[in-house]
Formats: sequence, structure tokens, C-alpha cells
Amino acid sequence: MSQTLNASTLLAVPMAPLVGSLLAGILGTSLGGNWIGRRLSHTLTILGVLVAFIISAMTLKSVALDGARFNETLYTWMVVGGLKMEVGFLVDGLTAMMMCVVTFVSLMVHIYTIGYMEEDEGYNRFFAYISLFTFSMLMLVMSNNMLQLFFGWEAVGLVSYLLIGFWFNKPTAIFANVKAFLVNRVGDFGFILGIGLIAAYAGTLNYTEAFAKTDALAALTLPGTSWMLVTVISICLFIGAMGKSAQFPLHVWLPDSMEGPTPISALIHAATMVTAGIFMVARMSPIFELSDTALSFIMVIGAITALFMGFLGIIQNDIKRVVAYSTLSQLGYMTVALGASAYSVAVFHLMTHAFFKALLFLAAGSVIMGMHHNQDIRWMGGVRKYMPITWITSLLGSLALIGTPLFAGFYSKDSIIEAVHFSNLPGAGFAHFAVLAGVFVTAFYSFRMYFLVFHGKERYDQNPDAHHGHHDDAHHGAHDSHHEAAHKPHESPWVVTVPLVLLAIPSVVIGFLTIDPMLFGDFFKDAIHVNLAKHPAMAELAKLFHGPAQMALHGLSTAPFWLALSGVLLAHYMYMVNPALPAAIKRMALPVYTLLENKYYLDWFNENVLARGARSLGMGLWKGGDQALIDGALVNGSWKLVGWFSGLVRRLQSGFIYHYAFAMILGIFVLMTYFVWLNK
Amino acid sequence: MITLGHFLALGAMLFAMSVIGIFLNRKNLIVLLMAIELMLLAVNMNFVAFSYYLNDMAGQVFVFFILTVAAAESAIGLAILVLLFRNKSSINVDELNTLKG
Repeated sequence: MSQTLNASTLLAVPMAPLVGSLLAGILGTSLGGNWIGRRLSHTLTILGVLVAFIISAMTLKSVALDGARFNETLYTWMVVGGLKMEVGFLVDGLTAMMMCVVTFVSLMVHIYTIGYMEEDEGYNRFFAYISLFTFSMLMLVMSNNMLQLFFGWEAVGLVSYLLIGFWFNKPTAIFANVKAFLVNRVGDFGFILGIGLIAAYAGTLNYTEAFAKTDALAALTLPGTSWMLVTVISICLFIGAMGKSAQFPLHVWLPDSMEGPTPISALIHAATMVTAGIFMVARMSPIFELSDTALSFIMVIGAITALFMGFLGIIQNDIKRVVAYSTLSQLGYMTVALGASAYSVAVFHLMTHAFFKALLFLAAGSVIMGMHHNQDIRWMGGVRKYMPITWITSLLGSLALIGTPLFAGFYSKDSIIEAVHFSNLPGAGFAHFAVLAGVFVTAFYSFRMYFLVFHGKERYDQNPDAHHGHHDDAHHGAHDSHHEAAHKPHESPWVVTVPLVLLAIPSVVIGFLTIDPMLFGDFFKDAIHVNLAKHPAMAELAKLFHGPAQMALHGLSTAPFWLALSGVLLAHYMYMVNPALPAAIKRMALPVYTLLENKYYLDWFNENVLARGARSLGMGLWKGGDQALIDGALVNGSWKLVGWFSGLVRRLQSGFIYHYAFAMILGIFVLMTYFVWLNK
Repeated sequence: MITLGHFLALGAMLFAMSVIGIFLNRKNLIVLLMAIELMLLAVNMNFVAFSYYLNDMAGQVFVFFILTVAAAESAIGLAILVLLFRNKSSINVDELNTLKG
């Protein structure tokens, strides 16, 4: 098995995008004096990511076919009291797969951006940011210790902040990027507690060394409580995943993150950053396997997210928000799989989802470009006639998303549903119901969006916001004489459609091709550890699996297929055959509709209870604690006291000599009394 | 018999009278100076009484010293009084409060 991969080649994978990012970001912006123009910026960054992708693909081949591995520290930053802080890489099946997914989607997004951000002033800055993001994500997935993982984690959060607020003059964008950062911070708080506990009890941050100590850790409890230490560690780590992977209730930032340009919604908030949490839990599977409580918790949270976020997707009118809620729901699916100890299934769904969700986002972006930056699906319709490539790729992506047999999404989603079915943890029943119901909901909202955008009557001239919505000085120059919203859409340039096609291909085939080695083969053998005796889901799945073709055939007779089909049919009926029906249902079920429209009032809660509460606490501590207590009572109070006292004492100095003489005589008497009488 | 105690009591009474003279006197600076002289006298009385009853010359010799110093000091005090009168045209003790804090 083990030939080792080359350290410098592996180092080139994160470094190439970093170099591209620095060159474009410094020399291409006013920081470096605007030396290089747009073409050179995009060429350098794309070259960087291309190099990373090629090496990642070669690495995947070595890892999968030749059994190569790599687990070494490249640089020791410092050693603090026996705790080593290092930079190193661990490359096994899990890492190699993530590297390929990240670099491929990043490459597609880089090429796409040439077309999408063509008229934006911040072109070079955007390329610098997305390359920087690629670097951060690669450092996260390739790391061999928790410190580097955390570095990558925080770095992707930072770049996400920079990109969501890319159009920094838009107040909604700034609100969204601060919200994303703060909510992630809440997750990071739990995450760092988890890392700290591991460092304290295992004495090391390195994965291999920490996982070697799991037997010892499993026997400990948290001092002062009766909780198992591994349960506390697992839940703390999962809280980090909840923040990054947008699980309920820390999901609130992801819909708002749609304020950023569409390429980053595809890259960050669908394929890569939000999957960092899933990746982290899979990587730490030796620890999570020890705690049934934590796995149960993970499964329930995932189930809640999968189902309830799907409901929210049904009523969205912004094309990007539909896909955003879809992402939230699918992340819930991945989380449920993690909870059922089917880590390889979760990671498999992560991969297939990365492809079809990035495809769906980029296609939505293409539609937005074609519709001159209108994002509201109520004012689209019949787009398939004008944008054929976008239409076909969207259709393929949607079919993959809903789990049509033979498409990639079918293999991963059905595996999740089966795995949860076989899980014996508390909450598995609810989770199974949630993921099944979610199939119907997913099919419904996906095809609602599909029908409203690509089929039906053309409603472009009915848009009441007759100005061009969210264009932000992007389209003023190029389209000179068209200030009516009734202008027909047109297909996007090849830099936009080629990535769509290239992403559609894996969305269709990759499930069929890789399910066997990934789920039931040796691909993740040394990366993911499952206690098959306690958590038999994967073993049961393996018994039922007889090859991808048979699975597809069998799939036609299972519940998820019929649920998906009924979702599609219902969407067709409600939006194509009987378009007055949705409005009627809304009138009948207005309370439910209001609840969904307000996103279960979670945003209201966060803004009015938590945020306002925090601001009042701050105000109270400022006015009461700082101004009144410290400034008023302590600082001002001390001099006022001194002043008052000295005012009193000042009266002793009357200026009259007989007063002074009297004081002297009095003093003598007192002293005499003391010395003569009391010391007798 | 007249004992040491009687003389000491006399000295004490003189001293007390002079101290009261300092406080109760609000009007006249010369009375203040006289009270100070009276204090010195009371102390002298004590010294002489001790000297007689303990048969020690030292007491009376010291009285000489005290008398000398008292004389010098009252000369200076009166000189200050005259200057003060020249400047303030009044010897009212109540008006001497410019060193008030």
C-alpha cells in the first residue's frame, strides 16, 4: 500500500491559488498601484487554480488506484508546554476527494466569473478573493492537525465575509456579511471549546496522535459533572459544524448570504465552505463514534434542518433564495447521515451535492444575467426558448437534486434515507420521517422554480419594479437603449455556459460511477472509522447493495421515487396547469404562509431578542457600569470626597492667632493626659 | 506652712490666666503680648520655687536666661506691633485673619 506522495507537489496545491490571489489582489488593485489589468488577473488566478486541480486529480489517482498516502508535518510553528503547533498535510481518500471537489468547482467558478463580473469595477479584487478562498479551503481539508483545520475554518469565514459584502456600498450586503460572521462566531465558540478539550485531554492537536488515544478518552467524564467527556467534545465540535454548515438554529446567515455575487453563492455557500462542517465531523469520526448522545443530537438537528428549511424554500420568490434553502435542506441530509454513523454516505452526498448545487447556482446566475439582473421568478417564464444551454443544465441539475434514479443525487440521497432507516439511535424515527418528507418538499420547490422560470407564459413586462433591480452599476454601460423591463433574455457567453456543462456532467454520472468504491469499498477505509457493532447502518446498507444499476432499478419501486414524482407533478399542476391555485392556497392558509414568510420568526428573534438584548446590555454596562460606577462613583467620587473633606478641614485655618494658640494648648492637654494619666 | 505645692499652684494659676487672656482677648494686640509675658513669668515662678525648695541654684540661674530672652522677644514683638499699626492702623486682633486657609 503505502507509497508516500511528494511533499512539494502537495504543497503546490494550496500555494498556487494563494500566489494567484496575492498577485491579483495586490498588483491588480489600488494596493499595489493597479499594475496588472483584468486579463492578467484572471489568467493568473485561473492558472493557479488549474495547477491545483491538476495536481489534485493526480493525487486522487495515486490515492485511489495506487494506495498512496501522506501524513507528515511540514513546519513546526511553535511548541507551547508540550503542545506542538504545526503545519502539515494528511492526504488519504477523504482529503483527495475533497481536494478534487474544491479545486474543480473553484476552477468552474473562476471561469464563470469572467463572464458574470465582466462589468464590475471590483473584478480583480473578486478574483483575488475567490483564489484566497480556494487556498483557505485547501488548507482546511489537507490539514493533519486541528490547529490548521481551525486556521482554514476561520480563513474561509473571513473570505466569506469579504465576498458577501463584496458590493460594500449596499447596506443589505453589509448587514448580511456581519450576520454571517457573527453567527459563525457562535459556532466557532463551541468549536474551539471542543478543540481545547481534545488538546487538554489528549495532549496533542495532531489527528493521528489524538485518535490513538480514543480508548483512554472514552472512559473519562468531564470533571465536576457526570457527562462523558467524548460526548461533550463531540457536541462542542458539532456546534462548530452547526455554525459553518448552517444547521438549525445557526442557519440564519445562509439565506442572507445571497447578497453576494452568484459565483460565490455557488462556490462558498453550496459546494465548499458550508461542507467544511460535514468534512470535519467525518474526519473526526473516531471521536464521534464513541458518543451515542452526540450522534443522536446530530441526527435530530440535521433532520429538523432538512425538513423545515425545505418548507421555507416553497414560498421564496427570489431565484437564489430557493437554491439557498435547498442547500440548507441538503446540508441537513448530510448531517442526518453523519448522525446515523454513515459518514461515507454523508461525504458522498457532499460530493454529488457540490456538483449539482454549484450547477444550479451558476445556472441561476446565468438566468439573472439573461434577465438583466432581475432575480424574481414571478417575472420570468418561458426562458427555455432564449437560453437553451442554461435550460438543459438546470433541468439536469434539478433532476439530480430531487433524486431521479441514475442521476448522482439519487444514489447519495437514497443511501442516506436507507442508512437512517437502519439506525437504532433515539431520534432515528423522526429523522427517517423528515428525510422522506423532505424528498417530496425538495421535488416540489425545485420544480416550482424550474416551471416558473423556464416554462409557462413570459411575464417579463409585469415586473412592478420596472427599474433593473439589483444591478449595482454593473450593466449600465453595455446595454444602452433598453430601459423597459420587457427586453427579452439572451443566452450567456461561453465562459458562463461551458462551466454549466462541465458541472452537469458529474451531476449526472458521478453517482453511478463512484458509489461502489466510496461507500462499500476501501476508499475511505483509513479515513473514516465506524463502530459497526453499535452503529450497523453501513453494514446493513452493504447487504442490500448489488451494484448501481440494480439500485437504480430498485429505486423505481421505493417510496422516495414516488414522493419525488408526486412533488414534480404537484408543482406542474400548481404552476402550469392551474396557476390561480397557489394564490388561493395562500389565502386559505395565511397563518402558515406568514410563519414561512417570516422564516419561523427566527430572524425576528435574533434581531429583537438577542441582538437588541446584547445592545441593551452593552448600553447598560456603559451608562451604569462605566459612566455611573467607574467614572462617577470611583474616579469622580474620590476627588469629590477629598474636596469635601478638605473643605471641612480648611475651617481650622481661620487666620486668627488665638484659635491656633487654643489648638496648641488643647493639644498639650491631650498629650499630657495621655502620658501622665494613662501611662501610669 | 507654705509648701512647694502652693507656689506651683500660683504658677499654674498665672499661666492659666494668661492662656485665657489670649483667647478672650479679641480687641487688643498689646494685651496679647502682655499675656505672653505673663506666661513667661509663670514659668519663672515655677523655676524659682523648685530652686528654693530643692536647694539647687540651677533653677534661679535659668530664670536669668528666660528673663533675657523674654526681654528680647518682647522688644521684637513690640516692634512688629508698631509696624503692624503703621500698615493696618488698627491693633484689633479680630482683623488679623489674612492667613486664613
